[in-house]
Amino acid sequence: MARRPFTRRKKSCPFSGPNAPVIDYKDTKLLSRFLSERGKIVPSRITAVSAKKQRELSRAIKRARTMALLPYVIG
Amino acid sequence: MAFYECVYMARPDVSTTQVEAITEQITNIITERGGSVHSTEYWGLKSLAYRVKKNRKAHYVLMNIDCNNDAKAEMERTMSLNEDVLRMLTLRLEEMPDGQSIQMRAKARGDRPDRGDRGDRGDRGDRGERRERRSEDA
Repeated sequence: MARRPFTRRKKSCPFSGPNAPVIDYKDTKLLSRFLSERGKIVPSRITAVSAKKQRELSRAIKRARTMALLPYVIG
Repeated sequence: MAFYECVYMARPDVSTTQVEAITEQITNIITERGGSVHSTEYWGLKSLAYRVKKNRKAHYVLMNIDCNNDAKAEMERTMSLNEDVLRMLTLRLEEMPDGQSIQMRAKARGDRPDRGDRGDRGDRGDRGERRERRSEDA
């Protein structure tokens, strides 16, 4: 009986490892990995980012957006 | 003294010498009030993700500053009065970053953010010796 058919293996937070990348609003290459193709912030339940790092991430993305390093919307 | 990181964007039709003049002016303001500017980085004329005040490109300058509060306030006031400065962002840092910022390293590496290059494959060396001809090849 497939009681919970949808649980996939627990993805680990990409920022929790020993040599995790530093979240910085100037690092547009890293931040754009967490943006959808429309330029929206991807929710942490999909990218498996921990809540604390997700808050830091969204703060950095919003700062990069105000400094026109990242777009608000794409296309 | 607190560590600050200030990035400002200057209008594209301003020459780089004028951008350095702005940076010079800010450095004077900071040093007059007992602060010090650790490093300044000029990211060049970058194209913006969206139009800012009708401009599509802008000069970016990053400055790492160690100063007290009124020096920072005076710097921000001066920059907001200056019409060449489109936008600025001043952040307080815990400790002063030593190396170059990521923008400069990306620029130095010369890679463009959207070009996912997988690096060259390295040369494979020339082919080995031909195997000797088998009898039925005759």
